[in-house]
Amino acid sequence: MKRTLLAAAAVLLAGCINSGGACAADKLKVGFIYLGPVGDLGWTYQHELARQALVKEVGDKIETTFLENVPEGPDAERAIEQLVRAGNKLIFTTSFGYMDPTLKVAKKYPNVHFEHCSGYKRDKNMSTYSARWYQGRYIQGQIAAKMSKAGVLGYIGSFPIPEVVSGINATMLGAQTVNPNIKVKIIWVNSWFDPGKEADAAKALLDQGADLIMQHTDSPAAMQVSGERGKLAFGQDSEMIKFGPKAQLTSILDTWAPYYIERVKAELAGTWKSEDTWGGLESKMFEMAPYTNMPDDVKKMAEDTQAAIAAGKLHPFKCPVVAQDGKEVECKGGDHLEDTQILGMNFYIKGIDDKIPGK
Amino acid sequence: MGLIEAIILSVLAASTPLLLAATGELVTERSGVLNLGVEGMMIVGAACGFGGAWLSGSIIVGALCGIVAGILMSLIFALMALGLAVNQVATGLALTILGIGLSGLIGAGFVGERIAPAPHLHIPGLSDLPLAGRVLFGEDGFVYLSIALVVCVWWFLYRTRTGLILRACGDNHTSAHALGYPVLRIRLYAVMFGGACAGLAGAYLPLAYTPFFIPGMTAGRGWIALALTVFASWRPARLVVGAYLFGAVTILQLHAQGAGIGIPSQFMSSLPYLATIIVLVLLSRARTGGSTAPAALGTVFVPDR
Amino acid sequence: MQLVLEKRAERSTTIALISPLIAIGLTIVTLCVVFAVLGKNPIAALAVYFIDPLTDGYSLQEIAVKATPLVMIAIGLSLCYLANAWNIGAEGQFLIGAVAGSWLAVKTQGTDAGNWVLPAMLALGAVAGALYALIPAICKVRFGASEILTSLMLVYVADLLLDYLVRGPWRDPQGFNFPTTAEFDPVATVPTLIEGGRLHLGSIIALFVVAAGAVLLGRTIKGFEIRVVGAAPRAARFGGFNANQLVLLTFAISGALAGLAGIIEVAGPVGHLQPGISPGYGFTAIIVAFLGRLNPIGILIAGLFLALTFIGGEQAQIAMKIPLDVTKVFQGILLFYVLACDSLILYRFRLISTSPKVQSGAH
Repeated sequence: MKRTLLAAAAVLLAGCINSGGACAADKLKVGFIYLGPVGDLGWTYQHELARQALVKEVGDKIETTFLENVPEGPDAERAIEQLVRAGNKLIFTTSFGYMDPTLKVAKKYPNVHFEHCSGYKRDKNMSTYSARWYQGRYIQGQIAAKMSKAGVLGYIGSFPIPEVVSGINATMLGAQTVNPNIKVKIIWVNSWFDPGKEADAAKALLDQGADLIMQHTDSPAAMQVSGERGKLAFGQDSEMIKFGPKAQLTSILDTWAPYYIERVKAELAGTWKSEDTWGGLESKMFEMAPYTNMPDDVKKMAEDTQAAIAAGKLHPFKCPVVAQDGKEVECKGGDHLEDTQILGMNFYIKGIDDKIPGK
Repeated sequence: MGLIEAIILSVLAASTPLLLAATGELVTERSGVLNLGVEGMMIVGAACGFGGAWLSGSIIVGALCGIVAGILMSLIFALMALGLAVNQVATGLALTILGIGLSGLIGAGFVGERIAPAPHLHIPGLSDLPLAGRVLFGEDGFVYLSIALVVCVWWFLYRTRTGLILRACGDNHTSAHALGYPVLRIRLYAVMFGGACAGLAGAYLPLAYTPFFIPGMTAGRGWIALALTVFASWRPARLVVGAYLFGAVTILQLHAQGAGIGIPSQFMSSLPYLATIIVLVLLSRARTGGSTAPAALGTVFVPDR
Repeated sequence: MQLVLEKRAERSTTIALISPLIAIGLTIVTLCVVFAVLGKNPIAALAVYFIDPLTDGYSLQEIAVKATPLVMIAIGLSLCYLANAWNIGAEGQFLIGAVAGSWLAVKTQGTDAGNWVLPAMLALGAVAGALYALIPAICKVRFGASEILTSLMLVYVADLLLDYLVRGPWRDPQGFNFPTTAEFDPVATVPTLIEGGRLHLGSIIALFVVAAGAVLLGRTIKGFEIRVVGAAPRAARFGGFNANQLVLLTFAISGALAGLAGIIEVAGPVGHLQPGISPGYGFTAIIVAFLGRLNPIGILIAGLFLALTFIGGEQAQIAMKIPLDVTKVFQGILLFYVLACDSLILYRFRLISTSPKVQSGAH
């Protein structure tokens, strides 16, 4: 009896159950580690959509597996290693907090390739990938300045990490091109995902006189509140127009599918190598949801800006960038800030009347 | 609408799920049962409440589904903790694990859907009164329901004979039993009431607060409800104060940030918990001869015969 | 006719031995039903959950790593519970221990401090955990405030303190503002036991803690006092045992063990201080303590068993695409079965024909 049990399990582990007898041992196994539940409607959901697109594209050559709700603590390293041991040869770890665990496992298994999202540590078998969302924020800033009657934007932040801080700065740089006196109010909710708290933050911002909400948190709660109050908002990660049909101006969509497909194809062809990919509008690493609920001239402006950024003619952080203290930021990238300055951004630009928490 | 009024409205909404869940737990604990599974019952209530409302198109059906789901969860707890005399702390914690899993399974079918949120009341004339109109007459029905519920619970506990018996079970189950009261049956009803309230509190989130369901959307509110019962030292009137105070701290902390006042948010967030401990100590001290907690809280009772 | 629960005259040793088997039997039946409904092969699922993780060295190591903090905390909690002191704030004591120990690691970072750093960190963690646990204990002894609730409140305070420290003062200057300290130096890291594996010194310490717990309870007067105070408080008073002193003592021990577990976890498998270092260890350990029937050896087995369901759950996600939620539900049900069956050691069911005044809740 015990033998049959073990045999049954062994067959299962080889992944042969669903393939109708034809054993899939020669298929490339691709694994994913998710931070949230696949149904979070935000960050994890977009990675899951990309995984599904990947299966659709090259599903006959690969087999995918994911582990969801993996906390960024002591369990992460084990979860990644479990995927390695189950035979996955290419593993995507989709949250910043998996950086050190991914690196540890990568050092241990040099023949397995790893892709870590949004981190800064790499190895010869560990790539990183992320998107230049700040480009989208710049466009949003321009739209916001046009659409806000009060001239006060409400910004819901998750954590004051460089990605979020650079997003706020890019928004304001965009907004200042339209209205130099634009103001922003920032509330940190210290969570990526707490619908109740995000809704409370949106209400607080609107009550304090902001008339347009932008968010760097993952749930559609703020969008929904804005819609209910008859105010405007920008979505985050995913298409949120369903939650604010009259509110959503646009949304920054995480579109990981092209990248995942490209990397898996490289792995299949044996040409995968460790890289640092930081793609923007030009490479469709993220996209803007359709511009809605705005007059045609604003829409036109947004589309022009988007085209200019995609063509490399416009850089949101073009010099001179003046910091909060009035000093000009050193221009290391020629006519714009260097990538490392954006990746490690820890200051507010002039015009933001607040300070970064913990600084 | 003035800023103060707006803040009060936000506080009312933020406090309502806490008040609902804590009211139920208060009754449960008053009967001598400690059910730590509030978070689990809430999240299942949220999933079922949203499911019911989405399928039927009715907020009331949704709320009822949430209540029924909460009761069913509490019955599992009752079977274990009352029926089989299993330790209540362990059972409550296991109930939370179960609830988180169940809600994910139940909610999987509704992810990404949205419903129209519970409407805000509008009583012509009254709701438009300056200053207090919106607050007193213009919120969603759950807000007023939660307050009515606390009043009823207060009346029940202190003004009815059954309420007296329930408190007696919580203070000394052996004596209550000796006097011929059905301790376990009373506790069963108290646990079910707690489940119903937690289920409703959970359902409030997707029905009125943020009208969609996402796994884990209760985000620890069940645990805060547990804290509130203690903070209130098991008195319904203090529970109202505590719930609104808790809601107020949460909301004001956000407003302070928006206004650019830089206090570490963690410090603000920890205040209610520290206050709870201090209140508990002060209250226990004021009454000589022990705590104000129901004396039999958390202890197993098996009738002798 | 009515079914009622009745206290046994003494613990039933037969049931004590077969109750886990009944629980496992029930679990297997439930699992088969659930998986049949989901359209998965139940036997294969059982194998993935319970047998596969036991068949290779890697999984066994991972089970030990996962069980280490659970067992350590649960041993301390069992002493409390035996003495009728209800510490449910082990999660907070775990976090405070981690914070206190990490303080030294952060302060000595990059200096050429010697090998004394790790032992000092462990000591700091244990002391801080004990002190933190003494707060609810003192509130109880001195003011009569319910320790169940004060210890629970202090969990949130500890959590927020940790959050504040890693987002503010202790943040890794090279960490791009992410809420984490820098990776600890090698002298501040718990060494692993097997080259390339994750099994670390903490597991040995946990085994030592189990042994010490067994000796304390079985062979010493203090252990005897703890048992008597919990089981027969009146007798204990006549015997001249100081119940208050025992509350303080057991709380201090359990706090120290939770704090030690915290700093070992941070200096071992995690390697730096960050929010979310505990996926609820302090709470899960309460379940472990009861699953292990408050007995040190039982706790060791229960901790390993619970760890097995975590690892098995992950393997089921990978091998059979069983959603994580099913694993959670399954874990909850399993715990209910085990707790319910254990109840039969102390109680038994009886069918009675008369209508008694008091009815059991077993509807």
